[in-house]
Amino acid sequence: MKYKTGSNPAFRNDAYAKVTGIAKYTDDYSMPQMLHAAPVYAPVASANVISIDAEQALLQPGVVAVFTAKDIPGNIKFGQIIKDYPPLVLDRIKSTGDVLALIVAESREQAIAAIQFVQPVLEELPGIFDPETAMLPETPLLHPEHGSNVCNYHCVRTGDIEAGEKESDLIIEQTFSTSRAEHAYLEPESALCHLRPDGVMEVLGSMQHPFSTRRFVASTLGLQLKDVEVKTVPMGGGFGGKDDTAALVCARAALCAYLLKKPVKLTYTREWSMRESYKRHPYTIQYRMGLKNSGKIQFVKVRIVADGGAYCSVTPWVTWRSTVQCCGCYEVPNVHCDVYGVYTNNVFSGAFRGFGSPQVNFSIEQLVEIAAHKLGISESEFRRLNMVHQDSVTITGQKLNTHTVSLKQAMDTVLKEVDYEAKLPQCSFGKPESDEWYGIGYAISYRGMSLGAEGTDFNSAIINIQPDGSVLLETGIHENGQGSESAMILILAEELGIPKELIRYRFPSTSNIPDGGTTVASRGTLLGGGATVKAAEIVKERICEGVEAAKGIKNCQYKDGKVYDVVGHEVDDYFTAIKLCYANQIYPYAFGVFQAPRVSWDEHTGHGDAYFTWVYGCQAVELMVNPKTGQITLLNMVAAHDMGKAINPAMLAGQFYGGMTMGAGYGLYEDMPLDSGNPKPTNYHNYRVLRSTDMPEMTAIFIENPDPNSPSGAKGIGEPTLELMAPAIANALFRATGKRFTSLPLATGVQDFVKGLQQ
Amino acid sequence: MSINVNGKAYEAPSALLDKSLALWLREDLLLTGTKIGCDIGVCGSCTVLIDNKAMRSCKLKLKDVIGKNIITIEGMTQTDGTLHPIQQAFVDCGAIQCGFCTPGMVLSTYALLLENPNPTRTQARNAIKGNLCRCTGYQQIIDAIMSAAQTMRESKKDN
Repeated sequence: MKYKTGSNPAFRNDAYAKVTGIAKYTDDYSMPQMLHAAPVYAPVASANVISIDAEQALLQPGVVAVFTAKDIPGNIKFGQIIKDYPPLVLDRIKSTGDVLALIVAESREQAIAAIQFVQPVLEELPGIFDPETAMLPETPLLHPEHGSNVCNYHCVRTGDIEAGEKESDLIIEQTFSTSRAEHAYLEPESALCHLRPDGVMEVLGSMQHPFSTRRFVASTLGLQLKDVEVKTVPMGGGFGGKDDTAALVCARAALCAYLLKKPVKLTYTREWSMRESYKRHPYTIQYRMGLKNSGKIQFVKVRIVADGGAYCSVTPWVTWRSTVQCCGCYEVPNVHCDVYGVYTNNVFSGAFRGFGSPQVNFSIEQLVEIAAHKLGISESEFRRLNMVHQDSVTITGQKLNTHTVSLKQAMDTVLKEVDYEAKLPQCSFGKPESDEWYGIGYAISYRGMSLGAEGTDFNSAIINIQPDGSVLLETGIHENGQGSESAMILILAEELGIPKELIRYRFPSTSNIPDGGTTVASRGTLLGGGATVKAAEIVKERICEGVEAAKGIKNCQYKDGKVYDVVGHEVDDYFTAIKLCYANQIYPYAFGVFQAPRVSWDEHTGHGDAYFTWVYGCQAVELMVNPKTGQITLLNMVAAHDMGKAINPAMLAGQFYGGMTMGAGYGLYEDMPLDSGNPKPTNYHNYRVLRSTDMPEMTAIFIENPDPNSPSGAKGIGEPTLELMAPAIANALFRATGKRFTSLPLATGVQDFVKGLQQ
Repeated sequence: MSINVNGKAYEAPSALLDKSLALWLREDLLLTGTKIGCDIGVCGSCTVLIDNKAMRSCKLKLKDVIGKNIITIEGMTQTDGTLHPIQQAFVDCGAIQCGFCTPGMVLSTYALLLENPNPTRTQARNAIKGNLCRCTGYQQIIDAIMSAAQTMRESKKDN
């Protein structure tokens, strides 16, 4: 279904607050006696800390305290996977994003003004900025306790790679490299913490994983989880970038509040955010691919090196997804894949919408076209020949038989919508005589949904129906701005057959509901929606029990807002039934859990049912290149994805458009070059995020094959929409210029190319 | 030394004349709907209307706006809470995700429609060029601008 504006009015429970400006983000809150903190950054990327002299800083106007790692009452280091990250550095600087000290002052301006008066005495060490160098045996270790500069390693060993080599008629090799990208969420990190009279450290923060934040804060302060309560307020964008990096900001504010017994706010400047927050991993991907003359892929050998930067964060998980999806959405009988996440003294890398797939897709979706053209086969025929289909077995040995494999459907839909075959002959391929070069390109993918075998995957929901029939709902999913609360409300309204206006999503807190994991991996609607359906099933039973107790009957059924008796006669409507529940001491309250179906993984072979379901998609782009300036103009963008079921069409379209735009920006311009480990871009003036005038009109097409393993039928969409536009643009640029661009960002390559032609 | 904000006159304290307008609105008037995203005047989150022109309040000091009329996002909503047609269009068209750019987008839209009640989609794109949005890809914001323009034209006709 093609999304049409106005076909379905958007529903958001927070729209009114956001459009009127009354929505309160973290920095919009203040408290009596509130103090302000500011971080003091390491001036170099690699050094031993001899001492930190704060004497002069303490004498500055308004300064209340200066804290260093020595003041941390709990654990100095923490992390989601490897506990290697210190909110404040104790003895060894590993990155220019490291914080040496926190200044607390009466005003933010005073705290910032005092930063220059903190005098660290350092013994500078040589920095390691290249992952390949970091992996050499003679290179000093960043984290000696880890025993290696290789943070993590994953592999896939499938079939017989040597036999694959022998059986191939054609072997191609190609290396691709990708950029370090910044999330550039509009709201910089912010945290406001205070120690409540009941002894609980209360945290308001701009972060997308309240439970992880709670763990970071509790670990830093040496408290139990029950003694930390993280409340979530509207967040100005996350995109994966407000997971552990934002938890650190909260831990720092909480430390100051804990030590001073006063509320402390720590709101980041854009410059601090860009300096410190983790980025998308830059990858180097070396492919060797063998093919039959028929076009069938015989083998893929691939080596991937990801620059993880100074700390682990979620590098093992990000690179694991790259491992599982290293051959793209294709059947490959023989696979030899090695993936390394590597420590360097660069700013660290972490979760970013796409999570290890955009890098792989950028590469493989060009590689298959290179292969097809060498064989004299069209890129579309080649893809159809090799793509996964119903009952295919993936490279990790997973049979795709639990859901509809709609990859071909997605691809055919997009090619038809853009009229691909008819437009191919118009492509310029760098024709010298034309004033504008035209190109069209597309890319396809499959994407494992949710966390897969990288983590335990479950979520819960609480439904609490009030005596008047209104409903309080909550889940362990976090509203990142994507509209997850609204999606849960719509799912519950449909399950109970009641108007959505009866349902309120409860103000979320880590003390309300069990830890449901992080709201990443496009798992919000899938997991939270699943838990909502499970809880709804239970609450419907409670409602029936209420009616049965009141009427002295048995085996009632709840359907679409009404209770029916065993022979199907309507007994009571929803409101009456709820009243009867309370009158008969039966609470219409339910706690529901959705546990993701079993997944598996063998680290040694790289085999397993990696994800319990997959999303299929295709995106296409038309563009023009100015042969003189190299300027690229996007003309048209189309996407089709099978997300299972469209819950809230306008918001779903928003995920499409937003992901396509972010993917286009990643493909064309976004880059964070470093200077001795420190990001050169400091703010939006030197980090290019796409603007309204950069964008063409976009088309979003929903393919709906409800997933049998998802209680709501929905899968996920946040990340699939981002992971395809960079390769689609690269393929279109090839057809415009006649040249393959194998490094991100693409605009840089195109500019160099046209400059070269003019010389 | 008076500044009019959302129809109400405020005296600008002489000690604060060099304070950023965005911070004054947020900290002194508690109008926190004005957001600060970059603080260097390139993201547009802090957009307000000054004498009906969309301006970046983080780049202005209090002394720059003495005697001017300022409209912030809080001034767009009627006192009874009824949304301005632009706000309603943003809600209906799905133009809101994280919401951090929304106040600035609404105000840039208002400035456009005051000048040009019947913009093309390209003109709408140009009008919000200075406002970054990282969530929506702008398309539904353009939809909202077009829809609001239509509603406002029709209500003008009716009057």
